[in-house]
Amino acid sequence: MQTLGTDDTDRLEKSVGIVTPQVCHITDPINLSSGESLSSYSLVYETYGELNRQRSNAILICHALTGDHHAAGYHSEADTKPGWWDSCIGPGKPIDTNKFYVVALNNLGGCSGSTGPNSINPDTNLPYGPSFPMVTVKDWVKTQAKLSDALGIKQWLAVVGGSLGGMQAMQWTIDYPERIKHCVVVAAVSKLSTQNIAFNEVARQAILSDPNFFEGHYVAQNAVPATGLKIARMLGHITYLSDAGMKTKFGRDLKQSNLHYSYETDFEIESYLRYQGEQFIGRFDANTYLRMGKALDYFDPAADFDNQLEQCFTKTSARFLVVSFTSDWRFSPERSQEIVAALVKAGKAVSYANVTTDYGHDAFLMPVPDYVNVLTAYLNNAYTVDVEEQK
Amino acid sequence: MTDAKLRQEHKLIAEWVDSNSVVLDLGCDEGILLAHLAETKQVTGYGIEIDINNVVAAMGRGVSVIQADLEAGLAGFDDKSVDTVIIGQTLQSLRNTEKLVDEIMRVGKRAIVSFPNFGYWRVRSYLYFRGRMPVSKRLPYEWYNTPNLHLFTIKDFEQLCRDKDITICDQRYQTGQHMNSMLTRMSPNVFAELAVFCIQPKASSS
Repeated sequence: MQTLGTDDTDRLEKSVGIVTPQVCHITDPINLSSGESLSSYSLVYETYGELNRQRSNAILICHALTGDHHAAGYHSEADTKPGWWDSCIGPGKPIDTNKFYVVALNNLGGCSGSTGPNSINPDTNLPYGPSFPMVTVKDWVKTQAKLSDALGIKQWLAVVGGSLGGMQAMQWTIDYPERIKHCVVVAAVSKLSTQNIAFNEVARQAILSDPNFFEGHYVAQNAVPATGLKIARMLGHITYLSDAGMKTKFGRDLKQSNLHYSYETDFEIESYLRYQGEQFIGRFDANTYLRMGKALDYFDPAADFDNQLEQCFTKTSARFLVVSFTSDWRFSPERSQEIVAALVKAGKAVSYANVTTDYGHDAFLMPVPDYVNVLTAYLNNAYTVDVEEQK
Repeated sequence: MTDAKLRQEHKLIAEWVDSNSVVLDLGCDEGILLAHLAETKQVTGYGIEIDINNVVAAMGRGVSVIQADLEAGLAGFDDKSVDTVIIGQTLQSLRNTEKLVDEIMRVGKRAIVSFPNFGYWRVRSYLYFRGRMPVSKRLPYEWYNTPNLHLFTIKDFEQLCRDKDITICDQRYQTGQHMNSMLTRMSPNVFAELAVFCIQPKASSS
């Protein structure tokens, strides 16, 4: 066996270390927004830090479009890639596992262990495939509440999410207004813009029109709609970055010293996008991706409240932190400011930071210093006021 | 516990703010006044601040702080949705001062405004004797790098109130660490270094 170098030890010590995913089987049937139902389902999740005696220090992390339950730490000593939000969750990090008990899950319909299109349908003993129901943000929050029950958490100190995760955090304050003390909404919107839906539709069409998609039955056909997935991911990545950020990172740099005069990879940006696309094929499931995209498109909590967003928030006494990034054009600062304005109208406690960065939408996953400081300051105060002083 | 950074004028402002009221602190800095008001008067409300480091500091104090540029106005706030709008030593540093005064009177049932008095005798004599733009402890900048774009006197502010049908409910003065000394009460426009006004729109003052 290879001995671990100092760097490796550091890597583990600076994170929550080695974590093991757990599974929660939920046998209560769930009626979904689509009208369909599931008689039972499983959610895979990870936890970091310790739940205190009062159960008052629990933070739920909601993942974005292609995230999962592995938000921090490593799965083994050999594992080199930490969880997707390791920059933010861990000892001494903004979501400080020395203070907080952190729960991250893979949402229903996902492809990382929770019940989803690739799971076996107990009624047919075959994979659900395309017959797996559509799921919405509202459905996810319902299942997350079931997981909270199973973990014995009556009230979250905070529900935290970026992008699609931020939408779930908002939905918590609407559907379970008394079960959440702080709602942290990063780089999210209260509903998608026309342009957002348009981009999602192109990504969808890339998958749906891939000859290897087989109308969603690709597993049974031993096929993978790789081209569709790849193009969808490449398109997604363009919307995650800003023009200025791309320029700084790649410019017009060439992969090799001269132009090919062919469709080979000429520019670094092409190479980057192709790489991201390729990586995605092995990691993500097409039926899940399609469903996640639809969940984004369908999210519009104000629709149930006469299109008055402020009416959504009347019942909650949660405090809010809203964060946006100056170069995010996918979910722009103006869209976050709509949420802030609605919360002000509703008379809710809300703090808002618009962090200057070139990282675009992707910034919510990056350790941008101002962003890290905002999260740290906000959550430290939440800990002091709602955990320490309540003991 | 009183924050060591609490300024003299903050204590006066705190006296004027009603318990359990809603306040909006424009240019709230590190949220020191708002945290003090929340603790001593159970007020709710928001601070508006443009500088991210101040926003972070205010969040650390548990203040609801919204990062925004006051030059853009107060679009997110409904008419008369705030009991007291506070704007401390900020009016003089805005490009569009008039617009913000209008916005303050729209959003607030009343407002507390503090500003450095450019009519203060030391400022006057600096300009008179040296013939150069005044630099002092309270106005520590050179003309070419000052954030203070609209310098005005107490008389100027009183005229603004008349022009805009604004009622002055109360006004106090500070010079050095002294509040309302005899001299400042006698001739504020000459002897006051800093003025604190409580104002409200005429329509709601009857």
